[in-house]
Amino acid sequence: MDAIILQILNGLDKGSAYALIALGLTLIFGTLGVVNFAHGALFMIGAFCAVTLQKLMGLSFEQVDPTQKDFLGNPLKVQVPYVESWFGHDIGAAIIDWSVPLAILLAIPVMVAIGFAMERGLIKHFYKRSHAEQILVTFGLAIVMQEVIKYFFGANPIQTGAPEAFTGSFDFGALLGFSPDVIIYPYWRMVYFLFAVLVIGAVFVFLQFTTFGMVVRAGMVDRDTVSLLGININRRFTIMFAIAAVVAGVAGVMYAPILSPSFHMGMDFLVLSFVVVVVGGMGSLPGAVLAGFVLGILQSFASMNEVKAIIPGIDQIIIYLVAIVILLTRPRGLLGRKGVMED
Amino acid sequence: MKFDKINRRSFIKSSAVAGAGLALPTIFTSSARAYLNEPKGSTVKLGFNVPQTGPYAAEGMDELRAQQLAVEHLNGEGDGGMMNTFSSKTLKGNGILGKKVEFVSGDTQTKSDAARASARSMIEKDGVVMINGGSSSGVAVAVQGLCQEAGIIFMAGLTHSNDTTGKDRKANGFRHFFDAYMSGAALAPVLAKAYGTDRKFYMLTSDYTWGWTQADSMKTFLEEKGWDMIKDVRTPVGAGDFSSYITPVLQSGADVLILNHYGGDMINSLTQSVQFGLRDKQANGKNFEIVVPLYSELMAEGAGDNIKGVYGSMNWNWQLDNPGTKAFVKSFGEKYGAPPSNSAQTCYVQTLLYADAVERAGTFDPCGVVAALEENTGSIAGIDSPSNKGFMFDGMGTGKTMYRSADHQCFKDVLVMKGKESPTNKYDILEIVETTPVSNVWYEPDNEMFGGKDASLGKCNSGA
Amino acid sequence: MTRLSRQDSLFLLLVVFLTLATPILLQPFPEGSSLAQFNAGYPDLMQRFAIYGIFAMGFNILFGLTGYLSFGHAAFLGVGSYSVVWMYKLLGFNVVPGLILAVITSGIFALLIGYISLRRSGIYFSILTLAFAQMSYNLAYSVFTPLTNGETGLQVYGKDPQYLMGPNSPNSPHFFGLAMIDSVKLHLAGWEFTFNIGYYFTAVIAIIAFYIALRIFRSPFGLMLRAIKTNRTRLDYSGVNTRPYMLTAFVISGMYAGLAGGLLAAMDPLAGAERMQWTASGEVVLMTILGGAGTLMGPILGAGFIKYFENIFSKINESVLHDWFGWLPHGVQDFVVAVINPFVGEGWHLTLGLIFVLVVVFLPGGIMEGFQRIWKAFGRKSVDSSAQTELNPAE
Repeated sequence: MDAIILQILNGLDKGSAYALIALGLTLIFGTLGVVNFAHGALFMIGAFCAVTLQKLMGLSFEQVDPTQKDFLGNPLKVQVPYVESWFGHDIGAAIIDWSVPLAILLAIPVMVAIGFAMERGLIKHFYKRSHAEQILVTFGLAIVMQEVIKYFFGANPIQTGAPEAFTGSFDFGALLGFSPDVIIYPYWRMVYFLFAVLVIGAVFVFLQFTTFGMVVRAGMVDRDTVSLLGININRRFTIMFAIAAVVAGVAGVMYAPILSPSFHMGMDFLVLSFVVVVVGGMGSLPGAVLAGFVLGILQSFASMNEVKAIIPGIDQIIIYLVAIVILLTRPRGLLGRKGVMED
Repeated sequence: MKFDKINRRSFIKSSAVAGAGLALPTIFTSSARAYLNEPKGSTVKLGFNVPQTGPYAAEGMDELRAQQLAVEHLNGEGDGGMMNTFSSKTLKGNGILGKKVEFVSGDTQTKSDAARASARSMIEKDGVVMINGGSSSGVAVAVQGLCQEAGIIFMAGLTHSNDTTGKDRKANGFRHFFDAYMSGAALAPVLAKAYGTDRKFYMLTSDYTWGWTQADSMKTFLEEKGWDMIKDVRTPVGAGDFSSYITPVLQSGADVLILNHYGGDMINSLTQSVQFGLRDKQANGKNFEIVVPLYSELMAEGAGDNIKGVYGSMNWNWQLDNPGTKAFVKSFGEKYGAPPSNSAQTCYVQTLLYADAVERAGTFDPCGVVAALEENTGSIAGIDSPSNKGFMFDGMGTGKTMYRSADHQCFKDVLVMKGKESPTNKYDILEIVETTPVSNVWYEPDNEMFGGKDASLGKCNSGA
Repeated sequence: MTRLSRQDSLFLLLVVFLTLATPILLQPFPEGSSLAQFNAGYPDLMQRFAIYGIFAMGFNILFGLTGYLSFGHAAFLGVGSYSVVWMYKLLGFNVVPGLILAVITSGIFALLIGYISLRRSGIYFSILTLAFAQMSYNLAYSVFTPLTNGETGLQVYGKDPQYLMGPNSPNSPHFFGLAMIDSVKLHLAGWEFTFNIGYYFTAVIAIIAFYIALRIFRSPFGLMLRAIKTNRTRLDYSGVNTRPYMLTAFVISGMYAGLAGGLLAAMDPLAGAERMQWTASGEVVLMTILGGAGTLMGPILGAGFIKYFENIFSKINESVLHDWFGWLPHGVQDFVVAVINPFVGEGWHLTLGLIFVLVVVFLPGGIMEGFQRIWKAFGRKSVDSSAQTELNPAE
């Protein structure tokens, strides 16, 4: 029982990341009809917003400390962060400590700008082109983005810590009446799950209860009719693209403490998030979220030793296996609609 | 117009034809070479095959820097680095055998396929006589096999699997780096000393050949010290999130977690284990501990604070106090502004060792080089074994070191490292806890973990 | 059998000529000149051009004709490679049994995967094929290691049985005694040309494969596939059962991939699991679209283009650049090198990504469209464009 609760918890945070990426992908699929292979790269750029802010905050000037020596035997230069010298040691240290959540403030404008530039500059010319060509151009773009990041940040993963307050873990077991130390869960992963719920909720509220959202939903069902009604659907598409980019970006920012950001992390997530989107059903936002959590939790269960003892290697293929079974039993995924992306 | 043939068999065939009196131009036979890619002009080309894209690109870059430095030193530029401290004095800074050293670089992408393609282009297009570098055992074994088939020398870079000089050993291949067996042999006593002898350990192991050999070695040596293995769980390579593998550890009754991961996997599994609070826990009345058998400073940097107090092993470290290390760190540090990593040292040393072997052999002929590197110039003190012989050298940063003739594996002391509790700068993250003497990590060439009696180097191939 | 039209025959002859003359055409710069870096006429790369040409050609039969985008073709490539290496291990180094087995096993694999995946269309089909290929890759890398030798790659060991190996059999892949690694070098003035047996072996197979693809494109079967691409629903309603046609196309293209994989192992006796990874599947998609999907020649050019980049651009390092620009004054030289360096060597991915974007923006039909535009500019009618638009119904 305790092991099962534990794996459900583990699946939740993995599922949160899948769901957030898949949500953005589906927004772009559903509204714009574009297969965006650069979506993983947007997630990665979000994570690097966290890295950048942490580095910026840590930006320091050098003070020579004659009492210590560096690796070449010269007097050691001690780094003092500017933030600490400006705001005093305590506040400065707190800002540095909280740089990951603060990076959301950086990521939103950055992702909006990138989203705008991508959609206006490139993607909008591809609405009428084949999916294959959309794949080629967005894949090319993804490579360019990741190589640019590699050029500036290097190829190694960069550890990006969560705020001190969220390190350590919470003992769920004690709460539920199990013996202590059996079900523990890191605070930051709880934060990530809550954050994901918040973002997903916000996107749904936005689409459900605003006029803008109504038009977009109408556009997802039948783009041509909506344009015929004289509504400027293009401008809304741009905004939708930017929103999808922001969702991917903030998902990346908050994921940075869980997975040290590296330039190729987007590619690692890309294929899985596509599987998630398709399993959820093309063009279905609830489907994407549902599939994200379902696959995340199933993957966690497959990693259990008891399961692996029966079917070795099942944890490596579970997502694909589930995808095949679902697509064969439910032709349009969990919640997909007829006629979307079937040509 | 002149022709030359590449393969010896067809060459013999055609010379027989020529001998039979058929009208063939005489240059046809005279231009045939003694061995593959014999350097004819005033230069000689070496091939540096390192990962330049993908997750190990940073390691690859560090290797390439070291190799470039080695080429400079061989050509008499710069301060000469370890050439000044190297016990063999054949290298004069005038290239190799008087020929200026040039190099080509290629991208292995950390895939055995791409690495072989890149190596083949170096052999076929650029005419290199030696290939060096790499950052994974899969790639090393694949490229070593290729060099054997083609007939040039392979000086392995970072490769830690037992197989490279075990069941996959080749006459044309040489490994300076240490292996999983040595890591286990060096770590177990230190761990037993630090954490006691009645520990229960749990392992997470990368699900591929290197991970398996590493797990095997750790299990063997820790069980010798009285530790009990609870479980060895295999994790997919590049899993990213290891949480579902980490959580069962707590309930398993284990009090030590061993992470047989490397690179990005190591960073993530270590970081996440710490996030799950493993290191703050008590199990069986003892502090819970984490061990990372193979350390790399580039990767340690990526794991940040989480590495503090974690044990691991290394081939070499820039903090060692000996003349070779000092000379190398000085010339590398002055050129690139950072201390060299342990894979950089291996690639640098391998390049110099190759050059020295060529000088001693007086030829670039791979079979001559193999013979020079197998030359019996002594043995390691304190080991009584008929296989304890090979090329002995010193002054390359690792003390007295021997290239064992029997399997082309270097034997030297192994460093047991620990994440430093209070680093003073960003390079000062690991400290040397103990230098395990080579006699403690010694094994016979026919050890079961190294292919047993079946493993053989085969014959050297010069591609003639 | 119908005869090829005059135009097609000319086209085929052109392809034959280009393929056979590759060792000369790809070696335009004399040895030792600073541009020799761009020469591609060495055996490994030429073999790869031919092999990936076959791979892309086969992929194009499925994607170009029917529009079904498979994201799992790498699985067949891997299966083909493993088949050949297993034949080396069991029988001996003659490539023929292995290649035959490669085509058969990949065909069976394709039949199974195709039968299931073709129940869905569009992106659902793509994800199904992707899922199958990724499962194959993950298993080959880890659990199936006894069968695939995992990360290290399947290779021949001394203790393998090799039942058909005679005492005098060559110890490397060969075609009835002709070793794939044998070459003849021709030194002509400053130039050096390498004529490699392995290359010509693959080239002949590639030409046959091309001829078969040409026949498929021109056949009623090919016409039917195009009809499926244009409007499958209509065919379904008019009572045509399209499934068997689709499955046939899928299996044929899987067999092409298996053959290509087999040839990779025939040139270099090692089969790595990465051959099955999704990036390898994606690569053939990119090759086909980059070259021009649906054209006969396009995918082959796309394959050549990407392989050229991977092998040539990745080897241009900083010291090569300094060599090239050595004639510039020192400061300017450093500046020029610093500007170019991020795009070559370790930055070759960046250039490739940029080229993908540029090609797809400016040449929607891929490289073939670029050729056609040049052709048109010279007032001539392109061979392949006619091949694409004029459908010659047989009989």
